[in-house]
Amino acid sequence: MQIDLATPGGLALSLLPEIFLVLWGCLVLLVAAWKHSEENATDLVGRISLVGLLGTLAVVWWMWVGDWTAGEFAAMMALDNFRYATSSVFIIASILAVAMSFGYLGRERILIPEYYALMLFGTAGMMFMGGGADLIVIFIGLELMSVCIYVLAGINRRSVFSAEAALKYFLLGAFASAFFLYGIALIYGATGTTNLALIDFQIAASGLNDSVMIMLGVAFLLVGFGFKVGAVPFHMWAPDVYDGSPTPVTAYMATAVKAAGFAALFRILLHGFGNSLEIWQTGVWWLAAITMVLGNLFALAQRNLKRMLAYSSIGHAGYLLVAVASGGAMGASAFIFYIVAYTLMTVGSFTVLSVIGRNGERDVKIDDLSGLASKHPWMAFAMLVFMLSLLGFPGTAGFMGKWYILAAVLKADQLSLAVVLVVASVISAGFYLPVVMAMYMKPTTDADSHRNAITSGAAKWVVIGTALALLVFGVWPNRLADVSANGADNFRQVSPITTPLSTPGAE
Amino acid sequence: MPASVGWVWLVVLLPLLGFLANGAISFIKPDAKGAVSAIGVGVLAAAFGVSVAVVSGLAGAAHDAPFIVTLWEWMPVGAFHIDLAFQVDQLSAVMLLVITGVGTLIHIFSTGYMSEDPSYPRYFAYLNLFIFFMLILVLGSSFPVMFIGWEGVGLCSYLLIGFWFSEKANADAGKKAFIMNRIGDFGFLIAMFMIFGATGSLSFVEVFEAAPATLALGGTTVTLITLALFLGCTGKSAQIPLYTWLPDAMAGPTPVSALIHAATMVTAGVYLVARSNILFALAPISSTVVAGIGGLTALFAATIAMKQWDIKKVLAYSTVSQLGFMFVGVGVGAYAAGVFHLVTHAFFKALLFLGAGSVIHALHHAYHHTGSHEDAQDMRNMGGLKKFMPWTAGVMWIATLAIAGIPGFSGFFSKDEILAQAFARGHDVPFFYVVWGMGAVAALMTAFYMTRMMIYTFHGPNRTGEKEGSHLHEVSWVMTGPLVILAIGSLFGGFLNLPAVLPGAGWLHHWLEPITEGSAAFVGEVHLAHNTEWILLGLATVIAVVGILGAYRLLKPQNLVPAKDATPETGMQKVLLNKYYVDEIYDAVVVKPLMWLSRAILWKTVDEKAIDGAAVNGSANITRFAGWFGTRFQTGRVGTYVFFFVVGALVLLRTMVR
Repeated sequence: MQIDLATPGGLALSLLPEIFLVLWGCLVLLVAAWKHSEENATDLVGRISLVGLLGTLAVVWWMWVGDWTAGEFAAMMALDNFRYATSSVFIIASILAVAMSFGYLGRERILIPEYYALMLFGTAGMMFMGGGADLIVIFIGLELMSVCIYVLAGINRRSVFSAEAALKYFLLGAFASAFFLYGIALIYGATGTTNLALIDFQIAASGLNDSVMIMLGVAFLLVGFGFKVGAVPFHMWAPDVYDGSPTPVTAYMATAVKAAGFAALFRILLHGFGNSLEIWQTGVWWLAAITMVLGNLFALAQRNLKRMLAYSSIGHAGYLLVAVASGGAMGASAFIFYIVAYTLMTVGSFTVLSVIGRNGERDVKIDDLSGLASKHPWMAFAMLVFMLSLLGFPGTAGFMGKWYILAAVLKADQLSLAVVLVVASVISAGFYLPVVMAMYMKPTTDADSHRNAITSGAAKWVVIGTALALLVFGVWPNRLADVSANGADNFRQVSPITTPLSTPGAE
Repeated sequence: MPASVGWVWLVVLLPLLGFLANGAISFIKPDAKGAVSAIGVGVLAAAFGVSVAVVSGLAGAAHDAPFIVTLWEWMPVGAFHIDLAFQVDQLSAVMLLVITGVGTLIHIFSTGYMSEDPSYPRYFAYLNLFIFFMLILVLGSSFPVMFIGWEGVGLCSYLLIGFWFSEKANADAGKKAFIMNRIGDFGFLIAMFMIFGATGSLSFVEVFEAAPATLALGGTTVTLITLALFLGCTGKSAQIPLYTWLPDAMAGPTPVSALIHAATMVTAGVYLVARSNILFALAPISSTVVAGIGGLTALFAATIAMKQWDIKKVLAYSTVSQLGFMFVGVGVGAYAAGVFHLVTHAFFKALLFLGAGSVIHALHHAYHHTGSHEDAQDMRNMGGLKKFMPWTAGVMWIATLAIAGIPGFSGFFSKDEILAQAFARGHDVPFFYVVWGMGAVAALMTAFYMTRMMIYTFHGPNRTGEKEGSHLHEVSWVMTGPLVILAIGSLFGGFLNLPAVLPGAGWLHHWLEPITEGSAAFVGEVHLAHNTEWILLGLATVIAVVGILGAYRLLKPQNLVPAKDATPETGMQKVLLNKYYVDEIYDAVVVKPLMWLSRAILWKTVDEKAIDGAAVNGSANITRFAGWFGTRFQTGRVGTYVFFFVVGALVLLRTMVR
């Protein structure tokens, strides 16, 4: 279906999922305010939020299946499959995080119904990031998302660690946003526009390949995104913040937030600088290589499960950066596949962590999992699937994801990155496998261990669902691969103008 | 494509469903024997029914090209493209009917034979799984798909040999079979790589179409490919030098020996050569090797079979010997003759094994009643069983006459055709006269040792024991019924492919022509003069009769004593009884040095010291240290973080701004 963006109705249609989600978020806020004093209000609000997210997902898929495209040049929000695919990933990650929160919030006595409203608004922000065709739209989406996450990180007011996490994230996040905004300004100065397709056209038309302003601008953008996705050396907030935040929020940050950062990065680099790879490929190459190697090395030294998972998510940011570095449609489809697999395995392992470590999952050591297989065989099996998938073991979606990334990067003739990726994966066996070893090969430390583990409720279904999905996509990846390839289809926007604009920053 | 041929996937699916259902039952409700029997036999009978429909569809089809039934794309990687597809043609049709037909009978027999086993569901689950993989093996339309089946039947064979795994000897026998087969599988893999390298494809149709053009006749490539393939065959089909696992495989339940180690799996090597006949026809050296090894194995195994006391060991060596005959057939270029012997052998050898199973079952039963622990498989504990088990004795005599090669019985026609073809092609390759000679002597021995087995088992006085004698009786009809059907096959199977001098000759030969016509250009059609053929037929008859009569005259069953009273053998007899000490030689020459090498050098030195010590732990320590060192910067202070942030940003700027 073609949307006529010239009319207000068409414009509203093109923003249908975002409008729907934001309105639903307002509704959730109202309910939260109305029912605030009641004991089970949090759960009620959670259920309403779940419905809203499912509704949004339905709208996105309706647009995707209906093949909605823009009738003319989409200046602010793109109408393409990449937007639908990435929006789906954000929404699914949010659904999983919400489902994971049900039992958790009650258990930890975090009875704040606004928690869910923040998740909905954060997700709306992400959708603007994944769909934005203009740097300013992306920036607004980024800020909308970030503000929500700052609050969510500190939502457990009784926990010092939660407060510390929120403050650190906020301070460093503001710092990174400044870099990001400065990057936008420099690019605007060099090209006279913030629209991605126009930037691309301007660089080609005015021969800005060697413009220092553009290079600086792109480098600043990379710093900003490097922070959001947790790439080394802008990663140092991540272990502390992941560690201190409530576990469902950590899972949300490690998956949805990271996915949003990557989606926006992909769009900016491929739409705005798709014809001038030489500007950014070196930088991304270094970020990817360093992030993969150091992220995995640092994870080796962890004995605490939650911190280990935090560092592991840094390593995975490195793998995703490899997909970015390959810089093509194949890389984009590999990215979508991998981010889905990554979301499933990360949410799954954080969920297992949250049900094992009630009353203080901050202190769950890897050795505390000893003997889990004999007490909770199915949960241990699910954790085995998550660990093997994170490791990239054949038969799991994690393996197929890495395979697609490797295929994309080899297609782009970046053999060295492929080698680094494989070496980093080997290192990662050093901290994923001890988890498996503890669960299956070590005896329980005492009779009481694992007694507290809760194996019912929504968390149980999250674990079952993610583990099953990982196995299904690992053995039978075709469908998801097709969807990913479709999501990266037509990932190109042609500039509507033929004569260069004047640039405010022209020397 | 005829509609019924398109249903071929159902033939494969049914045993798989049987495996899943019986496997589930073995966990949930292990004593539900009725359901297990119904499922286990039912899926096989249904598969046989569908197979008949598929084959009749094929027979009614007008064109000769194989029908390819593609299920899904399996491995599309660039130019490398493999579908999970089945190939229905004249050769796979023959195998299809043999596997599902004989398989059904053996499943029925098993419901009686295994009825008192506590692991009944597990047994049928394995048996169904075996049939599933065997069908994949013969129906696969490419080398890799065939290889799935090839590996799968090896797995099932391993599982079933070690079915009573609580005894170490049985588990060891399973392991031995597995390892020997792995050596052969290595050859198969190498061959696949080389075939892909040479022709750029692995599907049968494409490879065989491309082969005559891309591979030079007698060239090095095709010779190496076929030798590597044949290495796979020697493992799977128990030929020299990898035959020693098959006699040990008798540790499994006897119906398993009948199904896997006589009728179907062990013939996979013959099937592989027949399937790749164009490749072998292009490699005369390899074909000569195949025929030579086949002839040698036929002779060698026959001599060992002459002196075994264990009834199943006699049949095991007999199987090795008969497989040797089949390889002589496919080696000299008479592919149809090899397949023909495969079919008739499936009938009479399955019958012999199942008959032996009946005897063992009866003896076991008798000993069980009296609480004795005598060996129920030792022929010295048998004798005179024909009056207790008339049906078993009768059908086993039919099978014996068939394998010995008495005119009119199936084995006569199939074995004679192989020998006649070897003789006829000796005109071009004189070495085939030697092969023929070995085959003829082996045939004489076959007649002798089979008659010996029958006399010691069923005739003369009974040596089972005083008390046990009253408990000996014929087994139930579920076990004799399949025997009778197989006996009919052993009797009339020969009419599939009568010699050229008889009317209605060469039906199977003609049926397989679409398969073999590609290679006919290289190995040629050989026609014997009529009088030569009559002479060879006469000679074959004389060999069989002399062998049987010789055994009848020379052996004195009344002089035998039960196994526990027997004196040890000496001299050549002892060498034969101990199978030429080949197992001991392998142990001393291959296994022991290999174990020493693995243990002392590879494990204690290379692995523990160099790899574990220096490489693994060393590199692990270094990486761990790097990780620990890196996390030292994780101070928890925002100031530190900002510092590294800015340093990182500056370095990034430096790399990006040119």
